[in-house]
Amino acid sequence: MSDIFSQIVNALQLGSIYALVALGYSMVYGIILLLNFAHGDIIMVGAYVTFFAVVNFHLHPLLSMLLAVLVSMLLGVIIEKVAYTPLRSAPRLSLLITAIGVSFLLENGAQLVFGADTKSMTRTPLIPGSVTLFGANVTLAAVYTIVMAILSMAALTFLVQRTKLGKAMRAVSEDMQAAQLMGISLNRTISFTFAVGSALAGIGAVLHIGSYYQASPMMGSMLGLKAFVAAVLGGIGSIPGAMLGGFAIGVIETLVIVAGLSTWKDGVVFAILIVVLLVKPTGILGHPVTEKV
Amino acid sequence: MKEQTGRIRLSMPLRYTINLALTAALWAVPYALIRAGAITSYWEGVMVTVGINVILAVSLNVATGYLGQLPLGHAGFMAVGAYTGGIFMKATPLAALLRAKNTAAALPYVVAALLLSGIVAGIFGLIIGIPALRLRGDYLAIITLGFGEIIRVVLTNVDSLLGFKFTYGAAGLKQVPKISGFTTVYVCVALTCLVIHMVMKSRHGRAILSIRENEIAAESVGINTTYYKVTAFVLSAFFAGVAGCLYGGYLGSLFPATFKFMKSIEILVMVVLGGMGSMLGSVLAATVLTVTNELLRSVGDLRMVFYALLLIVMMIFRPKGLMGTYDFSMSRLLEKGLNRLARRGGKEAAGNE
Repeated sequence: MSDIFSQIVNALQLGSIYALVALGYSMVYGIILLLNFAHGDIIMVGAYVTFFAVVNFHLHPLLSMLLAVLVSMLLGVIIEKVAYTPLRSAPRLSLLITAIGVSFLLENGAQLVFGADTKSMTRTPLIPGSVTLFGANVTLAAVYTIVMAILSMAALTFLVQRTKLGKAMRAVSEDMQAAQLMGISLNRTISFTFAVGSALAGIGAVLHIGSYYQASPMMGSMLGLKAFVAAVLGGIGSIPGAMLGGFAIGVIETLVIVAGLSTWKDGVVFAILIVVLLVKPTGILGHPVTEKV
Repeated sequence: MKEQTGRIRLSMPLRYTINLALTAALWAVPYALIRAGAITSYWEGVMVTVGINVILAVSLNVATGYLGQLPLGHAGFMAVGAYTGGIFMKATPLAALLRAKNTAAALPYVVAALLLSGIVAGIFGLIIGIPALRLRGDYLAIITLGFGEIIRVVLTNVDSLLGFKFTYGAAGLKQVPKISGFTTVYVCVALTCLVIHMVMKSRHGRAILSIRENEIAAESVGINTTYYKVTAFVLSAFFAGVAGCLYGGYLGSLFPATFKFMKSIEILVMVVLGGMGSMLGSVLAATVLTVTNELLRSVGDLRMVFYALLLIVMMIFRPKGLMGTYDFSMSRLLEKGLNRLARRGGKEAAGNE
């Protein structure tokens, strides 16, 4: 029983991180129809910032977390301004290739600056300690991760549904031209979307290094790809879909690991992606889009 | 009409002869230099790598440049070809024949291995292409990306499932017979370019191009878009498989980790840099980047940063790539030159009268 409970916590912990990252993918896709390949690498940068703040500069964990989220947010906006804005009217393919280029740049830049080795902070964990819940030993990091993820998602839902900026975001993703005619500033709304998405990635990064203690230049690549699978699974462009997809991927991955097939877990996740795309390309909660001539 | 009658046109047989002669010359000169020892075995290796990358770039160009899709799993097809070829060649007496320098007896095995690699990769292309190409744009990119990753995971872990040594997992498939000398690779490059060029100049190729320009319009004039998309995709996968086989035959050992997402991106960079839809562009970019890679080997990580920056800057300032969709034709150049000469000759003749 306690084993099952601790596996459920593991699944939720992993799922929370995927969900936070998937939200960023989904929001950006919803608004400018771009697969932001660089999104996963923002997490990598966030994780490094946390690591250096805590280990090298001995900052308070809370301050380090805030710093990481802030840097991630800034990075997201800078990427959007420098690499994506000049291409807004270019073919989609060019934009996608640029995104791949940015991702490549961040990964290899990090490798150049921080070195290829994995930085580990097991000795100075961000959130130390553990509690006993239902007879199972659960780390505090797991508890914080799940709580933080749920709080962030609630805040995001409030932001998108109840505020003026959220309304602008929804309008732009519905119809960019019409939104512009209604006096919505396109540049501001898109930058805002990137800022929010990247901040969520920053939170994901902090929680990731809090849970798994490691930062490496390539960590964002696979994490990002799988979070992206989560976004597609839930229905890309849909915020509740991304949350659902994230938790689903977390549960599936944990199940595969529990079954003793951990070397297959990436393969299983991508196989699920392919099946979902074939059966229901719009994902669980996505809306079908008709192609107009 | 007046313009037309005065112009010199080269006949088709003449054009073929010119191209054949050029192709032969392009092989003969380096071959002679290698024989004479003027080109060291290190540079012969670089030339082989260039050739393999040219095949990869030209074949990806079919799906990216001509068809207008963005597959991100080209390394996956290459891996399928590499492992098919490697396992096949290890099962045949090829290694012993090569050691005995019995080229004539080895040749059928080499040809069979190359074809088999291409066909198996093509079958994978078909399996993944039929469902994937029903989806549009980004989804195709994602599904091929997923495929590439799955291939890698399967190649790493399949032995534990089968219960016997098949791909040798992460430890790598070793002692693959080394078939990829300069001549083998050169012949493969020439054939790849020839086949793709001929397909693209045929009505089937025009159909593929029309899908790139406007899929809905193409469909409305009666082009079976699904059929042509799958055809182009399979063609692309086939040659990636051949390139994979050559790659295995050059290095002699294969590791699943080689065929990561990064490899697919490296090939994509070549195509994008050269110009999507230009064979000459792909060939040039593959050559330049491979040689630059060799020269920059000492700076290591900086090289990849340079790659990434190149991709971004290129997309922002010249999204068409270096060559755009321009393709080189020797015959056309000759015709132009001859026409100019003829015109000048005509003027002089007129002036003398």
